[in-house]
Amino acid sequence: MAGSSHIRSRTSDGIIEAELLDQHILDEVVIREIGQSLTDLVDAGGDSVDVVVDFSQVAHLSSSALGMLITLNSRVQERGGRLMLTHISEPIGEVFRITRLDRVLEIHDTVVDARAELRGDS
Amino acid sequence: MKWQRSWHVSGTHQACGNIVAEVCQAIESHGHAEVVVFAVRLALEEALANAIRHGHQGDESMQLGVEAAVDAECIDLIVCDEGRGFDPHCVPDPTRDENLMIASGRGLALMRAFMSDVHIDPPGNRIVMRYDIHSPPPQAEGGHTTV
Repeated sequence: MAGSSHIRSRTSDGIIEAELLDQHILDEVVIREIGQSLTDLVDAGGDSVDVVVDFSQVAHLSSSALGMLITLNSRVQERGGRLMLTHISEPIGEVFRITRLDRVLEIHDTVVDARAELRGDS
Repeated sequence: MKWQRSWHVSGTHQACGNIVAEVCQAIESHGHAEVVVFAVRLALEEALANAIRHGHQGDESMQLGVEAAVDAECIDLIVCDEGRGFDPHCVPDPTRDENLMIASGRGLALMRAFMSDVHIDPPGNRIVMRYDIHSPPPQAEGGHTTV
């Protein structure tokens, strides 16, 4: 288990799991730090190219956080992986639907669901 | 009873965070639902972030003016910056297919989606927003709005 003050991460079965620890992902500085931490994980991932980000703790996020996720998604895809978001609350899900980013970013209910999708079980 | 406050502060993220916290506390103390707090917090955060990033271009010596009024039925917000303003009609629609992968430009769309009414006074450095529980934005009623 590894992490920063904003994320807790682990890698198993070739999948990087990162849990966001902040309740509010609104501050530009915090968003930059989260983005950098996630990018570092992806770049250091070696053969692990798929990433699951767990939003269980997140109650609010801003459009800057959406931008960070788009950039991260591109980075993961460049490495041939897939980025999946899980445990998205209903209001935050609405933010993704309104901005139509639910068409761009893969959203699953749980980490288990995301892992199953990555394994091709579903 | 109506709660009202105004601020004239340096355009820093710290100052903005304090304002958002105080407004959200006032909304909660008036008994508004969580969905209202979520919507207003998001809209106010976006307006303040836009003022700092685009209006002031990060210059923390420039001042922000913020007004807020909260009662049992409405939340009114005004955010002014010292920037040159912008034409909201020139902001690309972030929900168009060709813009979906662009990492920025969703703040105004979110404000419009989550508030009952949003208008921007010329030259574009003063934004006026209202959340009216009798005329909530479509997303608050469970509908899926587009922007």
